[in-house]
Amino acid sequence: MNAIDAAFERLKIGNKKAFIPFIAAGDPDIESTKELAKTLAKNGASIIEIGFPYSDPIADGPVIQAAYTRALNKGLKIEHILKAIAEVSLDFEKEKILVPFVAMVSMSIIHRFGKEKFIEGCLKAGFSGLIIPDLPVEESIEIAKDLKKAGLSLILLVTPNTPKERALLILSACSGFVYCVSVSGITGERDKIPEELLKNLAWLREQTPLPLCVGFGISKPEHAKVLRDHADGVIVGSAIVKHIETAEKVGLPAVKTAIATLAESLVSALNS
Amino acid sequence: MNAKLQSIPDAMGRFGLFGGRYVPETLIEALNELTTEYEKACKDEAFQQEFHRYLNEYVGRPSRLYFAERLTKEAGGAKILLKREDLNHTGAHKINNSIGQALLAKRMGKKRIIAETGAGQHGVATATACALFNFPCRVYMGEEDIRRQKLNVFKMQAMGAEVCPVTTGSRTLRDAVNEAMRDWMSTVGDTHYIIGSAVGPHPFPWIVRDFQSVIGKESREQCIAQTGKLPKVVVASVGGGSNAAGMFFPFIHDKDVEIVGVEAGGRGPKPGGNAATLSHGAPGILHGAFSYVLQDTDGQTADVHSVSAGLDYPGVGPEHSYWKDTGRVKYTNVNDEEALAGFDLCSKLEGILPALETAHAVVEAMRIASKLTKDDVVLVCFSGRGDKDCYEIARVTGESLE
Repeated sequence: MNAIDAAFERLKIGNKKAFIPFIAAGDPDIESTKELAKTLAKNGASIIEIGFPYSDPIADGPVIQAAYTRALNKGLKIEHILKAIAEVSLDFEKEKILVPFVAMVSMSIIHRFGKEKFIEGCLKAGFSGLIIPDLPVEESIEIAKDLKKAGLSLILLVTPNTPKERALLILSACSGFVYCVSVSGITGERDKIPEELLKNLAWLREQTPLPLCVGFGISKPEHAKVLRDHADGVIVGSAIVKHIETAEKVGLPAVKTAIATLAESLVSALNS
Repeated sequence: MNAKLQSIPDAMGRFGLFGGRYVPETLIEALNELTTEYEKACKDEAFQQEFHRYLNEYVGRPSRLYFAERLTKEAGGAKILLKREDLNHTGAHKINNSIGQALLAKRMGKKRIIAETGAGQHGVATATACALFNFPCRVYMGEEDIRRQKLNVFKMQAMGAEVCPVTTGSRTLRDAVNEAMRDWMSTVGDTHYIIGSAVGPHPFPWIVRDFQSVIGKESREQCIAQTGKLPKVVVASVGGGSNAAGMFFPFIHDKDVEIVGVEAGGRGPKPGGNAATLSHGAPGILHGAFSYVLQDTDGQTADVHSVSAGLDYPGVGPEHSYWKDTGRVKYTNVNDEEALAGFDLCSKLEGILPALETAHAVVEAMRIASKLTKDDVVLVCFSGRGDKDCYEIARVTGESLE
């Protein structure tokens, strides 16, 4: 069984919701990425999303874009990310930590690096799935087959303006979980959970057995409290990356403490 | 081969292998809506008439086809004809597309327009169209380009547009496109994005090429009327490739007409020193389309350079990639120094200041003309006037206009 599917099985049995944090690889540096992943795993993360820095990330807001720029300016390469995650995966295995990794990566990167080589690298590193934010379902048919063969999930996004008919097409091609985008726009923190989203989640729930996880703008325990009755998990990116961007000033231990506190508050809001 | 060349993108938005849509799901519906509306507008006589009425009465079309006698003499071969897009209102070909897309936006009931700009010509053209059709307009422009093109910033603001400085990445055109796409992701319901070149996700490359095709259509007719035949060679500069796509497309099926696109050779072939995507790049994905792109081996977009702010773009329109790979169009490049010399020569011999983008095409046209006979015709897309570049040219040649 794919590790993502297994993770949701365990959550279901425990009657719990998934907390899926996102961090940008190589920010503030690749060694810290390993430590931050461990911190998140030990503080309630169900799955960890690893962002592959890209020079032109059009779906991302200023916080994640800045993290990508910081990482790339330090000369981060794909090979460094794969190697670091392979090391963390090995540590997780030794410590019996069952937290799968998902790669968030632009199709520009996959194409140039080489699709086969990238998939093989992900498998070796211990990734369990991919999110390719700039690959709409129509363009995903070919890579979906390759990922299925490799046993990797392809997590697709559904947005508030996705028509119902199209959402069904996306659901049929999606595996692992459905990434439900909370608002039309880019990543970044927001104040409120839109009413419309809850309606969409209810409709999606009737269409698919796949877990529904909500991302874009999720940053506070209050958000998690509202969503726990409507979704199977939340994805939190910018709110975490914002702490990491202070690493140069406050040092990594302080960042780890801040992230652990945030993770704990979100996990408890999701499951209390 | 030519008879089989695709004229419109296929159902997946591709010209051969190139094009498609590599954008977040949030934009897909807007792109579907735009495709459907554009297909309707193509068949709608009233829309086409309105578009051409504005091109004629407001832009000042048809633009002249001018026999450049002294450049011809200097090259010492074929007759050089200049398609004078610099004489359009706002001084460049960009206005053709901005008027067309603003009319499309009106037809779709959109309330707001956004655009990106590099040199500022597309920003000015879009600000112009927005003043004309009463749209609020925001133009994204890299900080580095704002510095290089102050006059155009002033013009946009004078016409009521908001110019939004982009401070991310290389602070040039490519980052301005990213920022415009991000805006569009959040405002897609009521906003239309007027992209300025024949790039981006389907259907943009197709729409921009069609609105610019008026250049090639007029040129073809004028050339036949003035010389009694088709040109031997057609030449245009290529950044994203909108003036070239518009010039080339109507000649694509004329199998005896050679077509040459001229990219920015910059300081030379070393990575980062040029913007000659089709000469030095490889197929990849940038700004929503599969096309040639200048990237590193990890897929990160490369830094590019050209003395011309309108050509320093690391990608190129997908139809150009298609024309390159099918062999229909030959792509070459002209470097900074040659382009500056071309600016000088054209100004002194013809009394016409070319934009630096245009100067690239003029240089290549003279090279080609010198190898042909006086019975041949070389047709050049004279895409824009050089006023906007005077400050930058003065700066790089060590003079000062301050």
